[in-house]
Amino acid sequence: MDTIVKGRVWKYGDDINTDVIFPGKYTYTVSDPADMGKHAMEDLDPEFADKVQYGDVIIAGKNFGCGSSREQAAVCLKVKGVGAVIAPTYSRIYFRNGVNVGLPLITHNKVQDAFEHGDEIEIDFEKGEIRGKNGVFTFPPFNEFVFGIMNSGGLIPYTRKRLGIEE
Amino acid sequence: MGKTFSEKILAKYSGKKEVVPGEIIEVTPDVAMSHDNTAAISKTFASIGVDTLYNPDIHVITLDHCVPPANATFAQNHKDIREFVKKHGIKHFYDINNGICHQVLAENGHCLPGTVMTGSDSHTTTYGAFGAFGTGVTRSETAVIMATGKIWFRVPETMKIVISGELPKGSYVKDIALHIMGKIRSDGALYRAVEYTGPTAEKFSISERMTICNLAVEMGAKVGYVPPNEIVYKYLEDRAQKEYTPIHSDPDATYDEVIEIDVNNLEPHIACPHTVDNVSTIGDVAGEPIEEVFVGTCNNARLDDLAILAHVLKGNKVNHDTRLIVIPASSRVMIDAMRLGYIDTILTAGGTLASPGCGPCMGNHLGVPATAERVLSTSNRNFKGRMGNREAEIYLASPHTAAVTALTGKISDPREVPVDWDAIASELSKATLSPVLVKA
Repeated sequence: MDTIVKGRVWKYGDDINTDVIFPGKYTYTVSDPADMGKHAMEDLDPEFADKVQYGDVIIAGKNFGCGSSREQAAVCLKVKGVGAVIAPTYSRIYFRNGVNVGLPLITHNKVQDAFEHGDEIEIDFEKGEIRGKNGVFTFPPFNEFVFGIMNSGGLIPYTRKRLGIEE
Repeated sequence: MGKTFSEKILAKYSGKKEVVPGEIIEVTPDVAMSHDNTAAISKTFASIGVDTLYNPDIHVITLDHCVPPANATFAQNHKDIREFVKKHGIKHFYDINNGICHQVLAENGHCLPGTVMTGSDSHTTTYGAFGAFGTGVTRSETAVIMATGKIWFRVPETMKIVISGELPKGSYVKDIALHIMGKIRSDGALYRAVEYTGPTAEKFSISERMTICNLAVEMGAKVGYVPPNEIVYKYLEDRAQKEYTPIHSDPDATYDEVIEIDVNNLEPHIACPHTVDNVSTIGDVAGEPIEEVFVGTCNNARLDDLAILAHVLKGNKVNHDTRLIVIPASSRVMIDAMRLGYIDTILTAGGTLASPGCGPCMGNHLGVPATAERVLSTSNRNFKGRMGNREAEIYLASPHTAAVTALTGKISDPREVPVDWDAIASELSKATLSPVLVKA
């Protein structure tokens, strides 16, 4: 994963569910990750998939990713280049999905008021800092086990490494 | 100091003397369920680079999300899964003729007290109905369980919900679950285990246990759990896939939060568009026109649910401006419902029947609503776009509320058409394939 993420903010509200992040009707018909990206946030923000740039960050309210266990809801953001999601809480399966696909999910409840939609943002994972026009916000390091998975690029590369399978 | 069910079972499975909430541990589950998503999972498994499964016998695979397949893509998925099952010698495979995964696993005795069960499906919390630690995991995680047998968990805090009182006529366990949902909201149990206890919960039937544990995930819970008792043990006689040892919380266990619910005067409830926690009592929305009533899904399509539906419909007709779509949770439920005359009644009243499976619940087929239509469903999720059309609205309620709404064509109070529960109980006692009223 990138140690520094730099881009613009996409801001959303509370309880953003996986049906609006990646509509259920595509879960068995869209299997290529790049195609998943085309439907990212389709039922919430139809502009998102076209306009999001590599390094952009989603700042959302509580319980981000609630609903279905679908992994595509994390993959579709990852392949669109989303550098991180910041929310006060995540649904537990979404959090697992984020870890497992290597999409950093930062738990933070103070930045929501400090950023507007479209603001510039920089995240430093080594220092645990979120930087923007209203200052610097810190976040605690990820659990070591969890970070190991994310830093390997996700659960599958991590498992390969663990099983001693060469890339 | 006492431990909760989750702390005890995760300590046992991780080989530790004790674990505490927040700790990360690794376990090997007894069952790893996957469904139509096994096609994608099998490709992820292949990408890991191991040739054989760690243990093919822990995998239970069902086809249910779009059965029979609606198009060539779904059909190919199913074909890929059948080949994968054969190649790896997976013996627990349930093809399209069985029903919804959670119901099928229960009926076939895979859900056992004191076991750890994962599923690549969020509603895997249902297995807590049998005293299992059942939790939803991701597709990749099931692929990794295939390769290594291992899955990581964060030991959850536990919330206890003590339910007491007698449900008034017209209110059901679905109404209890929706009431709790409205009270604590969609993140009220986030990351936590939820134990449903108290004198009312102790008497829950198998079907009721499944309905309430199924909805636990909609409050963000990692697991739902009703302490297993004679009702569960009796259901599992001649059904359990293997021996089991129930695990119960210690009497002095530490709970994160305790909520008490008295259901004595509980009104019928309904979840309004577009979130499950947008809950009202029925009186607040009664009269709203409904174009589609859907009785189906892993939440409320068991034999008792179809019995209530049939008793309301008997001698009546579905409103001419409303469609009633009925999808039994499993083939066993459907056969029992046929033998008891419920299917006859439902079709005669003007209902539409489809083959057991998830149906239109997540918008794949068999009842996707048109734009601006309103659906009243007995399912567990009403998010925008959930049933395949983001311009439709979905309400969630009990099968009784659904049945009366089908007759009037508008959201209706189930108490307007009471059912004779004694008559229903007597009929249900004759069910042989999918018993729901197991007496302890």
